Formats: sequence, C-alpha cells, structure tokens
Amino acid sequence: MSRAARLSPGRGWAPLIIGLATAWMALIVLLPLGTVFVEAFRRGGMAFLEAFRQPDTWAAVRLTLVVAAIAVPLNTVFGVAAAWCIARFEFKGKNLLVTLIDLPFSVSPVISGLVWVLLFGAAGWFAPLMQDLGVQVIFTTTGLVLATVLVTLPFVARELIPLMQEQGADEEAAAITLGAGGWTTFFTVTLPNIRWALLYGVLLCNARAMGEFGAVSVVSGHIRGRTNTLPLHVEILYNEYNFVGAFAVASGLAGLALFTLLIKSGLEWRYAGELAATRRR
Amino acid sequence: MTSATASWRFREPGVLPGFPLAFGFTVFYLSVIVLIPLAALVVRPWEGGWEPVWRVLSDPRTLAALRLSFGAAAVAAVVNAVMGLIVAWALVRYDFPGKRLLDAMVDLPFALPTAVAGIALTAIYAPNGPLGAWFADMGLQIAYTPRGVLIALIFVGLPFVVRTVQPVLEDVDREVEEAAETLGAGAFQRARLVILPAVAPALLAGCGLAFARAVGEYGSVIFIAGNMPLRSEIAPLLIIIQLEQFNYAGAAAIGLAMLVLSFIILLILNIIQGRLVRRSAP
Amino acid sequence: MLGRREVLLGSGALVLAGCSPQQEPEPGARLLNVSYDPTRELYQAYNPRFDAEWRRQGHPGVTVEQSHGGSGRQARSVIDGLAADVVTLALAGDIDQIAKRGLIATGWEKRLPFNSAPYTSTIVFLVRQGNPKGIRDWPDLIKEGVQVITPNPKTSGGARWNYLAAWGDALRRPGGSAATARAFVTELFRHVPVLDTGARGSTTTFVQRGIGDVLLAWENEAFLAVEELGPGKVEIVVPPYSILAEPSVAVVDRVVDQKGSRAVAQAYLEFLYAEPSQVLVGEHYYRPRNPVAAARFATRFPTLELSTIADFGGWQQVQQIHFDDGGVFDAIYQPSRR
Repeated sequence: MSRAARLSPGRGWAPLIIGLATAWMALIVLLPLGTVFVEAFRRGGMAFLEAFRQPDTWAAVRLTLVVAAIAVPLNTVFGVAAAWCIARFEFKGKNLLVTLIDLPFSVSPVISGLVWVLLFGAAGWFAPLMQDLGVQVIFTTTGLVLATVLVTLPFVARELIPLMQEQGADEEAAAITLGAGGWTTFFTVTLPNIRWALLYGVLLCNARAMGEFGAVSVVSGHIRGRTNTLPLHVEILYNEYNFVGAFAVASGLAGLALFTLLIKSGLEWRYAGELAATRRR
Repeated sequence: MTSATASWRFREPGVLPGFPLAFGFTVFYLSVIVLIPLAALVVRPWEGGWEPVWRVLSDPRTLAALRLSFGAAAVAAVVNAVMGLIVAWALVRYDFPGKRLLDAMVDLPFALPTAVAGIALTAIYAPNGPLGAWFADMGLQIAYTPRGVLIALIFVGLPFVVRTVQPVLEDVDREVEEAAETLGAGAFQRARLVILPAVAPALLAGCGLAFARAVGEYGSVIFIAGNMPLRSEIAPLLIIIQLEQFNYAGAAAIGLAMLVLSFIILLILNIIQGRLVRRSAP
Repeated sequence: MLGRREVLLGSGALVLAGCSPQQEPEPGARLLNVSYDPTRELYQAYNPRFDAEWRRQGHPGVTVEQSHGGSGRQARSVIDGLAADVVTLALAGDIDQIAKRGLIATGWEKRLPFNSAPYTSTIVFLVRQGNPKGIRDWPDLIKEGVQVITPNPKTSGGARWNYLAAWGDALRRPGGSAATARAFVTELFRHVPVLDTGARGSTTTFVQRGIGDVLLAWENEAFLAVEELGPGKVEIVVPPYSILAEPSVAVVDRVVDQKGSRAVAQAYLEFLYAEPSQVLVGEHYYRPRNPVAAARFATRFPTLELSTIADFGGWQQVQQIHFDDGGVFDAIYQPSRR
C-alpha cells in the first residue's frame, strides 16, 4: 500500500484523481445508502419500529431466511463438487462445464424466474405431472427456492475453482498415496486450504440470495405473510404508501449488506494471500 | 488403467478419488437448475411456429424495450469504464485517509438488494427528491425517464470494472513506467502508452460484466424507470408484462432474444479482448 | 484442523437453526383472498371482522391471507396456480377469464346478490390542489399540456374502467360515435406519460412522484390518496358522467373443493353483504349496496350519471373488442409514441 504512494507517477494529479474517485463513490454509492437510513427514520424511531412490529414483516424475515438456508447450502455443496472435478481432474468438455456454471450470471433475474413458470406454471411443461401429484411449485416456497438457487448458483464455485486450481493437487495426492481415504483427505487437507475462500463465496451467495428481487418476484404470488420475501415486502409496503415502513425494512436489508461487506473486507485483509487467486482473475 | 496412446479418453488418470461422484453431482445439479429450465426458454417460444415469435419481437414496444435495455446498459458500461478506472487508479496508486472504506464501499452495489437500491435512487432523483429537485430546476428530469434507468444501471455495474481493473493495475510494470517518466514522458503520455494497453483487456472484461449485469437488471430499475411503454420500459419488465397477460411464448421469446443478444455482444467483447491481450504481450 | 472444521460446520448449523421450518399451524381455516390493488385497506379491516363473525357462529377462527396487484395480473396468477379460495377482483371480466379455464363454474355471477358485486365504485379525477389546469369534465383531459395518469388497461382492472368511462363519455356527446370515441381515447392516451401495471402504482406516480396533472382513479382510491398522502396537495373532481364500476367476487371452485374450504369461503363472501360489513365498505370509500349503509354515506358519494358495463355489451364483448391482443387498445396505443 505505501509502496504505491512512493512509486505513483504523476503525483500532481493525485488530489484530482482522489477527489474525483471519492466524489463519484459518494454520489453513486453513499448517497443511496444514506438515503435508505434517512428515509427510514424520517418520522422518528417509533415509526421506524412500527414496520418491525407487524407480523407480516417477521413472516417475510422468516421466509427469506428459510429460502437462503436451503439455497445457500445447496449451492455450497454444488460449488465444492464442481470445483473438485474442475480443479482436480482433466476431462473433456471442462471449458463447457465452466461456461455453464457462469451462465446464470449473464441471465436476467427475471428470466431466472420466468423459466420456472415455463416449466411449472399452468401451461408449463410439467403442469400435468404436477397436477397429478398435487404439487404446486410456482407461488410457493419451492418456487422461491428454485429461482434463488438458479440466480446464486455460480458464487461458491467461482470462488473455489481458481483457488483450487492455483493450489494444485499435490497435498491431496500425497495424503491419498499415504493411504488416507477420499473423504478424510477432503476434510483434513482440502477443506482447511479452501476454508476462507469457501466462507467468502458462501457470504456473497447468501447476500445475493437474501436480496434477490427480480427472480422471486416472478414466482411469488405476493401473498402477505406467506410467499413474500423481504425485498418483495419492501415493494409491497412501498405500494401501500407506507414509505417509512418500506425504507425501514430496506434499512434492515442494507444493514445486512453492510455486515456482509464488513466480514468480506475483514477476510480480504486478513487472508489476502488465500483469496488472491480469485481476485486476480 | 489401460495404456492410452491411441484410445480416446474422457478423463486423464490420476490418484485422486471422487471424480465420478463430484462430476455426476455437478452435471446432475446443473441439468436440473440450469439446463432444463433454459431449454424451456429456448424451446417454448416456437410452440406456435414462427409467427407469434415474430409478432412479439417486431412489436415496436418490444423493440423499444430491447433498445433501452441494451442501449442504457452500454452507456452505463462506458461510464463505469471511465469512472471505474479512476476509482481503481485512486485505490491502487495513492494512499489517502478513508481509502480502505472507499475500497470496501465499491462492493456495496453488489451486496445491496436491488429493490432497496431502487427505492433509494427513486427517492433521490424523483422531481421532489433532493437531487431530482435540483435537476428539475435546471429543467432536467431524471427519475421516470431513460436517464433514471441509466443512473440505476451505473449503480449496479460499478463494482465490476473497479474489481477487474484493480489487480491488473497493481501488476503494471512500474519499472517500465518509471523508465518512461525518466525519458520525459508526461503523465498523459505514460497513461496512454504504458498503462492503458496493459489495462485495456481487463477494462474490457469489466465492461462486459457490467454490461451483462445491467442488461438484465430489474429490481433497481423498475422503481425509477416510470415504466412508460416505448420510452422508459425495460425488456425484463416487458417479459413480466407478457407473463401477466398470460403470453408464455411472448415472454419466453423476449427472454430468448435478450439471451442471444447478450451472448453475441459478450462474444464480440471476448474476441476483442483476446486480440488486445495478444497485442500487449509481445 | 478438527477445530476449524467444527467452526465451519457449526456456523452452517447456526444458519439452519435460525430458521425453523414454517410457523406452527394455527387453529382453524386458512383462506387466501386474491384481490386487486385498491382493496388492501378494506380487506385488512374486513378480515378480522369476518374472523370474529365466523367464531361467533361456533367455528374455530379463520386466518385470511391477502395478495394484491393489478386485477388482470392477479387473475392470471390464479390461472397459473395461485391457490386462491376467493377472488375479489376489479371487474367481472377478470373472473370470467378464470372461469373460462375451468377453475370457477360458469354462472358464478348469479351465485351472490347484485351480480356478485357486493360494493360498487366509479371513476373520478384526482387533480393537484386548486385544480390549476381547470379539469372538470372528460374533454378537459385532452386539453393542450394536460398530462393524464392511468394504469395499463392490459393488466389493471381500474384502467379498463377508466378507458370505458372515457369511451362512454365521447359516445354520449352530440354526434358521438364509435369513431369519435376511438379518436378521443386515442388522444387521451397520447397525454399519458407513465403507464403503471396497477392502480396503486399509478396513484404513487401521481401523488408521490408528482407526475401528471390528473389521475384517473377509482373513487375509493382517490379518497384514500387524499387522506393518506395529500391533504392539501390533491383534490377530487367528480365529472358529470362516469361509469358504474362493479368489482366482483367469487369462490374459486377448484381450489375450495381441493382444500375443503368451500363453506368458509362462501361465508366470507356472503358476510360482505351483511350490514356491518357494508358500513365498513362505505368507510373505506366504496359505495355500499345495502340501502341502510348507503344512506349513512349519502353525503360522501355525489350522484352522477353512470353507465353500466351492460351499456357496452358486457365484459365478454368489451374484452374482445377493446383489450384482447390485437384489440382497439393495442391499435390506438402502439403508434402513439414519443
């Protein structure tokens, strides 16, 4: 960091560039963030708390947690499995597999919701099957989970793959050669090596899962207290003229985002080396 | 196992176990979560033949929405390229108070739920909001116009350029730069001749990511866009409207069109990026 | 090593523990009422009243869940599988759409009094305080420089009433014909700068975002907007002529038969016609059907000349001619750009 200062060329430009960067960040990032909290407390602390006194808000909190608690572990297991076969083995079609894992990043969240309606909606491919089974997917928690899983699928895998590729398989190979079993090797050699990157990926995955709006908006029936996640609840309150309530709930979500950033920055500063592989991409 | 000189092999041999399980699970999971659903997106539009697809895609409203989504995403990506480079530059090359905070804030648009960003930006840029009122005095309306869409897309795309350029900027060969400085190159010359070529591929990659994210963005945009057909209605919203009108094929057709267009644009960016890398590496 | 692993596993368990699966089942029935935008406050007040009434009749309590949105969109969600026990939508046409797909038996509108519309409303104008643009009647809407806010007739029920009221006004003017009506509505939509998908979105656009000079709104939504958002900011203008809006209600047969909730669903809708409910309806600015309740709110609701949907040939015909894909609305709206 300090080496940067010594070597930086065009020192005369420093105030201008720093000023410009700071002003831009203040305008684009800090102002909206500040607005959330200012609007939330516009009518004082009591009005702010009022939003959190409604059972619907807590139902939304619970649902958001349930969806994330299913989606994030699923994608974590997937991320580890995908990274294991991509970073530890050479096989045909590997690039295709990597591309497919990245695909959800370049798909609109709305499309990520739409596809489930195309499959499970009344005119969907699996509609007759679902009707026979008496199972409803769209407008239920299942639908919300599916949409969230699709949107957040790449996060863990993308953190782990480059790291594990860089670390190489030597340690694991040694353990196996010495007679350790596959799972033992994974838990005692691989997992400790990737733990911070894993946590980092899970964190991002979780933040996105809890904050997802577009995809869940398509598959939620917007039933208050039942299929309303927190971001959708923000929209409902907003539409009910309850702006303070909307911003109060929004400030809760913003707090979650700030918390995520805090941990993330902490991880980056402490374990810069172990995370470097991902950041260098 | 067998000597592999001639036979085609799916996988190179190795000592590590677990490939069948890990690979099988990965492929199964990807199929269920990504491939089958996206197959529906690709196949469903054609159920009624070409005609309905064509009718939806040639509709002026659809074309306007696609133009807005892709146009605003492109402009936002360019703005983010310029400002992202400046922010990355400040973060890498200088020390100043609050730098770590600034660094951490870069990721906020990524972590902040889009709906939260949407209502906050609307509150700021609406004609009766703090900045919106100021712009309104100058006769410029931001919220509920395509300009509002642009602001939202700049917000969501911000982290991508900064985070892809930052590490590359850290690695730019300082000796070359210092040599250039000793040889009397001015700040601008150095930036143009030494730094820009080195950073260009990463900058382009960051632009691509910001663009891809912005094209499909929904949550932060719908609050601020005004959603005026033909003017400030984005393509993802039109998908939802088609769905609300029970037109599955139409919704899927627009979704597919977005996917194909994004794919082509990202492919072109990739090719240019490849050329840049080759040129800068002698 | 082991310690670290435990930390990781432990934190995972913590995440899982934080979210016990679903709340404990509440006693009694659960109903899902899928409704349109401006009824949010009405049903919020009505649901506990019905719960009390249902208990009074000796049943265990009933929890009513609500979903709101543009009426057309809500109908499509029900068609798409949203398991509504009852639908309380903005217009009969949307319930017809659900019935067409077999979820509701045909002839549903005969199952309850007054065409299964327990309350009525009409379309009025909401203008800025002091009515600076001098908007009194429908033709004033297309005056130079007037911006009109209405939701999208494709997805909103209220917007379809707006559209028909405008159409009807043009028809009743001297020399009025389908051609002049079409010209008037075409011109009207040229004055629309924002088209939200639901009535609530339009109200927010007009009142909160300060866009437009006049909002075409449900009467109840207009009252509510004045009360909640803009005392001293906006005021209601009642045009001399408008349309009688009949928001209809129906039990969704397929759902209640599956869930076994027909009795409570039926009672839920029937109780809407009871006198106390009708007073509640009036308190929420809907026009009650019950004469006693109506008399109580007589001063609140001005009388004006009202057409009914029958004057336009009924919803089936209206939907087909005006709002289906390729209908009049598509034709007049698409080219009116810029």
